[in-house]
Amino acid sequence: MTKERDYETRLPEKLAKEIRRILPSSASKKKISEIAGEVYREYKDMKVEPGEAVGIVAAESIGEPGTQMTLNTFHFAGVTEMNVTLGLPRIIEILDGRRLITTPTMEIYLKKEYNDKEKVRGVALSIKEAHLSEVTSEFSINIPEAKIEVKLDRGKMGELKISESVLLKALKRVGKTISVDIKDDLLIFKIKKGKEEKGISEVYRIKEKLKATHISGVKGIPHVLPVKKEREYIILTAGSNLKKVLELKEVDATRAVTNDIFEIESTLGIEAARQAIINEVFKVIENQGLNIDIRHIMLVADTMCVNGRVKGITRYGVVRDKASTLARASFETPINHIFDASLKGEVDNLNSVIENVMLNQPVPIGTGLPGLVTKVRDA
Amino acid sequence: MKKSDITQHVLVPNHTKLSEQKKADVLKKYNISVYQLPQILKSDPAIARLNPKPGDVIKIVRKSQTAGKHVFYRVVVSA
Repeated sequence: MTKERDYETRLPEKLAKEIRRILPSSASKKKISEIAGEVYREYKDMKVEPGEAVGIVAAESIGEPGTQMTLNTFHFAGVTEMNVTLGLPRIIEILDGRRLITTPTMEIYLKKEYNDKEKVRGVALSIKEAHLSEVTSEFSINIPEAKIEVKLDRGKMGELKISESVLLKALKRVGKTISVDIKDDLLIFKIKKGKEEKGISEVYRIKEKLKATHISGVKGIPHVLPVKKEREYIILTAGSNLKKVLELKEVDATRAVTNDIFEIESTLGIEAARQAIINEVFKVIENQGLNIDIRHIMLVADTMCVNGRVKGITRYGVVRDKASTLARASFETPINHIFDASLKGEVDNLNSVIENVMLNQPVPIGTGLPGLVTKVRDA
Repeated sequence: MKKSDITQHVLVPNHTKLSEQKKADVLKKYNISVYQLPQILKSDPAIARLNPKPGDVIKIVRKSQTAGKHVFYRVVVSA
């Protein structure tokens, strides 16, 4: 009895569940315990041995299939085009820990009560970022009176569900030097005269600023696309703003995700970022029809996240944090590293692999790892 | 707008703060000092409600594709 419990706690949850699932319910406790014991022995044999060079194995296992990856990205030609960087460029982007990714995109799941074609469309439009230029048709400038007149597009406003009051509120935030008035279909902006005379260029500058004024929707999301995924309607976006989207009341805040790792890190924490790295890399690999064991990707993701911050596999990221000067120098810009180290008087304890390779010494890997300790008897 | 509870998000595993006793047990089990553990920033949004201090050990129970459930520890460091 106790033994069976013992194995069940020592085995990973998945294996313990698998044993329970496969064995018939009529199996006696003794039998289950015996089988669990056998599985546990097998499991121990399969574990990675101490001193195994897991990093090298991971690098080779990702690198070799990586050479077969198609370099070009897919393009979806359609009404709303959604180009998402895939393939090798995407993998490089993730593993380098780039802060600005080429195609940020989100997958927004909605709460159950909004799971309906029409409602999803409505929510999608309310998320889409709208600027003043999108709900207006004409900008005209009256230079002598320092006025800008803007014609409103009522149809567009209705479609995006923007009311006059919302519009005015958003425009009031533009600046103190401008007053806003609404007259029928015309928005009139008056530029208050300051001490110095405002020239034409100033009026033009304000006009451009007004055009780009954010009116409604979530900042950073210029395109939305409601799609059906399995039995649910979800919203795909171009552009990403996880923090703001999670705050929306229509959104299922437990499932909305973005492909921007750094945004996940800042809103959901380092553990979520680690999981996101794994998911994103695995998605590309799966998409390319390659077969890489997920454990290798997990190792890379773990390495990138050990310090509580996402760091890329570059000389500015994880390589910079290596303790050994020679190890750092072996990876890009060696002279800088050696100069800096000599200025600071750094000491290299030769504890790791690459520095020992450089010095033609046994490396602490596999059989090179254990040292021999003996008691020497006094003669 | 209501601030969303990020701990319920699918990407966020369960974070708990270890008591001093449990912390000592973990360190003894792995035979390491506290700063040999992987780190988590004090400002990490996932542990904001735990009121973390540098040196605290956070126990993280991840959902793992390979093992089902996986327990991981991180030490809190100031940013």
